[in-house]
Amino acid sequence: MKTLKILVGVALVIAISAFAIDKVSTPKIDGGYAIGDTATDFKLKNIDDSFISLEDYKDAKGFIVIFTCNHCPYSVAYEDRIIELDKKFKTKGYPVIAINPNNPKAYPDDSFANMKVRAKDKGFTFPYLFDDGQKIYPQYGATKTPHVYVLEKTNNGNVVRYIGAIDNNYKDASAADEKYVEDAVNALLNGQKVPVETTRAIGCSIKA
Amino acid sequence: MPRSILYIVLVVLFTCCKGEQKIALDATDVFKSKGVEIPMYDFESLEPLLKINDGKTRVINFWATWCKPCVAELPYFELIDSRYPDDQVEVILVSLDLPKHVETKLIPFVKKRKIKSKVILLDDPDANNWIPKVSKDWSGSIPATIIYKGNTSKFYERSFTYNDLENELKKML
Repeated sequence: MKTLKILVGVALVIAISAFAIDKVSTPKIDGGYAIGDTATDFKLKNIDDSFISLEDYKDAKGFIVIFTCNHCPYSVAYEDRIIELDKKFKTKGYPVIAINPNNPKAYPDDSFANMKVRAKDKGFTFPYLFDDGQKIYPQYGATKTPHVYVLEKTNNGNVVRYIGAIDNNYKDASAADEKYVEDAVNALLNGQKVPVETTRAIGCSIKA
Repeated sequence: MPRSILYIVLVVLFTCCKGEQKIALDATDVFKSKGVEIPMYDFESLEPLLKINDGKTRVINFWATWCKPCVAELPYFELIDSRYPDDQVEVILVSLDLPKHVETKLIPFVKKRKIKSKVILLDDPDANNWIPKVSKDWSGSIPATIIYKGNTSKFYERSFTYNDLENELKKML
């Protein structure tokens, strides 16, 4: 009995120490936007060699800005879903604006020439812009591809309403049961608060 | 009655901790090919690996074969694994490659590079659910690394040089 008590004591000590992990984390180096911030406009080169700015979209109610690229398997896994988002929401006033934030010196697959090839092969229905000089993505605070920012156009500029993933299953669109971007845009279209404002996802680090 | 409850608690704990020391996690699947064996986990089955309390320091690196900066720093993790005794430091490389690429990309990579550290696959598509459980500071980009011992844990969402990695490790030994 005494042995049992000692054992229980020892076990409890182990248990407490095992479960009370107290994380000492490095403070986050946090540039970029939070929900409610006003997002910067830009003038970036599209795959058709024109230059695109958000202000060009006079009739838009907002934007689905997606930092994405060619080389990343997670981006590739989402390409069809990005096309679907554009088809579904462009006519409702929320077009997709895709931006490749990577430096082609780090990832030759992500060169402007290769962006044109990829867009053509996949039949992108949306502008696919090149963040030449990698100046725009740090202002947004994008850390990886794909990384989505849903913006709502207001009198005070384009306000960030959602930051994060497209949905909750990168492997299988049909298995995704939380469609974060769709839910966000639908909420905005209905004049409601976005239900889930930020999510996290695995993605490919943006390389400047 | 109270005694039997205590007894149950004891059994669970001993089973859990003995199992953890051997890292006997329940893999959801195991890929075997070309003499390389890679167990696959969902986050729930992997999570105990982040909380082992046996006096050993663990270096857990999240990576993927498609992630250039990850691949670039892998040799440093390998070097740590070979330079420090097994009972002091354990390096675990958690691959986030897609399961369909394990046999075509991950296993050939592990074989070609003769990777000696333990390589396991994390396959859990609901990343928004588990990323914050690894670290509240993780946005989800890789490479990302945890160095922990017992109750002290440090998380890094960045790349390392060898010296940098070893310095961080030494703080945790």
